[in-house]
Amino acid sequence: MPKTLFDKVWDQHVVAQVEGGLEILYIDRHFIHEVTSPQAFSGIRNRGIDIHRTDKIVATADHNVPTKNQHLPIKDALSKLQVDALQQNCEDFGIELYGLGHPYQGIVHVIGPELGITKPGMTIVCGDSHTSTHGAFGAIAFGIGTSQVEQVMATQCLLVERPKTMRITIDGELGDGIYAKDIILYIISKLGTGGGTGHFVEYAGTAIWGLSMEARMTICNMSIEMGARGGMIAPDETTFKYVKGREFAPQGKNLETAITQWKTLYSDNEAVFDTEYNFRAEDIEPMITYGTNPGAGIKITGTVPNPEDVENPEGLKKSLEYMGLEAGQMLKGKQIDHVFIGSCTNSRIEDLRIVANYVKGKKKADHVNAMIVPGSRQVQEQAQKEGIDKILAEAGFELRQSGCSACLGMNEDKIPKSEYCVSTSNRNFEGRQGPGARTMLVSPLTAAAIAIEGKVVDPREFELDKMAV
Amino acid sequence: MEKFRVLKTPAVPLPEEDVDTDQIIPARFLKSTSREGFGENLFRDWRYDSEGNPIKDFVLNNDKYAGKVLVAGRNFGCGSSREHAAWALYDYGFRAVVSSFFADIFKGNALNNGLLPLQVSDEFLKKMLADIKEKPSTLVKIDLKDQRISLEDGSSEEFKINSFKKMCLLKGYDDIDFLLSQKDKIKEFEQQHVEF
Ligand code: SF4
Repeated sequence: MPKTLFDKVWDQHVVAQVEGGLEILYIDRHFIHEVTSPQAFSGIRNRGIDIHRTDKIVATADHNVPTKNQHLPIKDALSKLQVDALQQNCEDFGIELYGLGHPYQGIVHVIGPELGITKPGMTIVCGDSHTSTHGAFGAIAFGIGTSQVEQVMATQCLLVERPKTMRITIDGELGDGIYAKDIILYIISKLGTGGGTGHFVEYAGTAIWGLSMEARMTICNMSIEMGARGGMIAPDETTFKYVKGREFAPQGKNLETAITQWKTLYSDNEAVFDTEYNFRAEDIEPMITYGTNPGAGIKITGTVPNPEDVENPEGLKKSLEYMGLEAGQMLKGKQIDHVFIGSCTNSRIEDLRIVANYVKGKKKADHVNAMIVPGSRQVQEQAQKEGIDKILAEAGFELRQSGCSACLGMNEDKIPKSEYCVSTSNRNFEGRQGPGARTMLVSPLTAAAIAIEGKVVDPREFELDKMAV
Repeated sequence: MEKFRVLKTPAVPLPEEDVDTDQIIPARFLKSTSREGFGENLFRDWRYDSEGNPIKDFVLNNDKYAGKVLVAGRNFGCGSSREHAAWALYDYGFRAVVSSFFADIFKGNALNNGLLPLQVSDEFLKKMLADIKEKPSTLVKIDLKDQRISLEDGSSEEFKINSFKKMCLLKGYDDIDFLLSQKDKIKEFEQQHVEF
């Protein structure tokens, strides 16, 4: 029977079927971080059991960590408590930890791929919804709750219902200045925040296959923002080339065997998906959000919709009030206070290159506070090697140390109340970047252009040569 | 996990749609290493202003409403996977959330903590919200065994729930207990499973 990519990977991991249509799914890799793991460790202790496979768990500290002076003790007492608890738990149970100060430290979804831990055909989970990022390699990767973190610790398995499958195909060619972030914001604006619920999405089509690995990660990362459990892209030469040579990737003969196996991971021609959508790359323009959920995206030249024209007028009214925007208003020209470039969506080296290429020789607007937080220590070091750190400093951008930072404002990096922040992260929920903060999601290029001009602009109106990454 | 019994209780209306877990419990309150005490900060930024004073029009601050059931608009629990959202609702005293649509991860998290995510039709949800608005003390009855939710005027609707999850809730049994009982099968699987 013809199978989808998802079915192939899933079927290889089913330990058993259980009543009620649930399945016991085996998990190949489990990432943990300081915020969603402590209660799971307590659970394991309370039950008096051992962790089943410590060799399949990798830990890092990212959500809570400061992005300045990481060599000093963490000032916030509660953050310190969580980071210390993670360290203690990892020591007690013998789990590999890439904590603060470790050369591999970084946002969990950035370090997995860059270290070659994330590979095609795997099942990967983490107590974090953006685990979907790893699906870019043709892995089944999804976020879980803390009770499930405990389940995986206890048994290396999850008791789950098999999701439905969806394919989103984007054929055609992207225009200049349009990036992966614009593609995914466009898709979510079409499907809505609940459009993918219950589904696992495969992204396909010439516009997707032409993307780099890092761009593919940006797409899969935000699958959760349309409610999908995860997103995946069939592995191809781009994938194999990316994995090859990384720290924990298979080598030599093993790599050859692995690639032969990975080449079988694609959706068969006749495979049937529960839901299908098709879009044209030519229809996609630079995107920006105006509201308080990631589905509230418009093209950057567009206008804020009118509550009278939408399904949920009350919700839109409330979000516009929160954002201090009016129906029918153009966002172009709107003055911006902060620009945040970072998060597991857009903090990899390619993102930093895009920004550096654009801001080279320019200066940020005086009133803008521009912050760049690399996704990992390795990204930061690479940026220094390439001289990106100097370019950014000359343009007035502050390059910080790695972590989640203003993506969720758990550390000191919060956006003050009522101020506008153009952000390359993935969520514009009320208060996400700090109580009362007003977030607009964009691509790294758009963020860079806005930082320079000090207001919302269409990056395509400016010089876009040398943009090839 | 506590056993889920028949609930007969007034309900708290929250007609908002797309309520995300960042609203249910903002990230800055996730800095605990235990499961308790999150109820205090449930819906923190809707419930209190920046000085910590209760915001009068928010439903949890309205004396008219109380009860163990939260009745919410479509797509409840979207966004972050934080289980703290389910803990906060439970810790506050809710035992069920009724909506016409739930985000996947939230639904799973709720079930794993004895909080019933109960999906009803859009029409039934509308009626429930209207009934509660008209008479805040109106009682909602949830019978998990029969999978039925009923209102005071006798109107009711059947709801769906996975049979295994239902058994777990009724018995106060959790997934880990079950998976631990399957360890032999899991070890057998590990013998033949190759990771490339
Ligand atoms: S960067 Fe943001 S979205 Fe990504 S893992 Fe960290 S907090 Fe979550």
